[in-house]
Amino acid sequence: MTDRFVSRGFVGRTHEDGDKARVPPGQYLTDSFPVLSAGPTPQIPLDSWEFSIEGLVRSPMRWSWQEFTALPSRDWTVDISCVTKWTKLDTRWHGVSLDDLLAAVEMDPRARFVTAHSFGGYTTNLPLTDLLNNQAFVAWQYDGAPLEPAHGGPARLVVPHLYLWKSAKWVRGLRLHEEDEPGFWESLGYHNRGDPWREERYSGD
Amino acid sequence: MPEPLAWQIATVTAIRAETPEVSSFTLALPAWRAHRAGQHYDVRLTALDGYKAQRSYSIASPPSRAGEVDLTIERIADGEVSPYFHDVVEVGDRVELRGPIGGYFVWEPALGGPLLLIAGGSGVVPLMAMLRERASADPRPAAVLLHSSRTYEDVIYRDELDALAGDAGLRVIQTLTRSQPPGWHGYARRIDKPMLAEAIAASGAQPLVYICGPTLLVEAAANGLVELGVPPVQVRTERFGPTS
Repeated sequence: MTDRFVSRGFVGRTHEDGDKARVPPGQYLTDSFPVLSAGPTPQIPLDSWEFSIEGLVRSPMRWSWQEFTALPSRDWTVDISCVTKWTKLDTRWHGVSLDDLLAAVEMDPRARFVTAHSFGGYTTNLPLTDLLNNQAFVAWQYDGAPLEPAHGGPARLVVPHLYLWKSAKWVRGLRLHEEDEPGFWESLGYHNRGDPWREERYSGD
Repeated sequence: MPEPLAWQIATVTAIRAETPEVSSFTLALPAWRAHRAGQHYDVRLTALDGYKAQRSYSIASPPSRAGEVDLTIERIADGEVSPYFHDVVEVGDRVELRGPIGGYFVWEPALGGPLLLIAGGSGVVPLMAMLRERASADPRPAAVLLHSSRTYEDVIYRDELDALAGDAGLRVIQTLTRSQPPGWHGYARRIDKPMLAEAIAASGAQPLVYICGPTLLVEAAANGLVELGVPPVQVRTERFGPTS
């Protein structure tokens, strides 16, 4: 019904943007890196930081900061999109792939879903299929420098092909399940999967 | 599958200038739904060639005003959607939107109080919805609004906030960071720890805290409150970088 609606006098400014093909629908490009979080930024000393993988795995793992940052890691250059409508191209991160992390725990074949847990209590849920095959990583550097607390440091999950609330800041661990369990925003009206190219912003989109 | 949040076409029924850069737009909604104070609507503009732009804007009005909402929008100089509202939109124009959206940065009377609201600039908009709803709540929880603006002319809802000063249960603390008019009695610096301590003392024990504004202000206020002993779980934040 509203498909043919036109806003009187609206032209829009991004028509000339050459990167338009890389900007999902309803998003606009930004060069800044806005910060959005639901509560205060947790301050996490590195000597008490740890990262764990538990649940449906044969050998649960727990890494200290030193152990974690000694894992095989690499640079990642990815485009990111936030459900609040901004998209940022060619962001540069450094971290370890989820494939390498999950290989360390020997997943139970029944495992199909993952809940990421963060310092401060945040959670988000993802199907394993969105984390494997070099689609996701845990980063501790952004743009060549240690990841700032406001952007999720010491370490942050990054799942660049989904809206950024899936890229849990201050991540402390993953729990594998057989059934899907909605996380923080997924329980508050946001879409369960969050694919920006399908504009999966809110429940029912 | 849950019901999708449908787009609807609202009609602009009033435009009110709040400051030189901020105006409130009253939109009559054909499929109005009661919102919760703190929620927002997504606005979608469509050009003739099909190009679309979307932004989120906080609701300023209380849910008791059935059939319509006020969106208070700040003009962002190099923005795409906010200049359209300020330069093009007139009463009678139609605007496509969907909502209400947001399930965490919300307050309703059942949550009680006391309330400690902290705003930077146009971050006051969702907090104003809370204060407007609080005004008709029974019982009415104690509330403190700590509001930072650049200049006196930039204080959004200034007259309404002045009028609320007669409410014994509400304390409004204003600070002007860039310039102050002659005879100014409020603060004249960025929000800092002494100001936060005063706000906590005024609100009473264990306040429900809502902070909205630019990232640096929100970070400073939220971290400062936690350092002053407010449990992090009671602090809800909404941050904006440039929402243009």
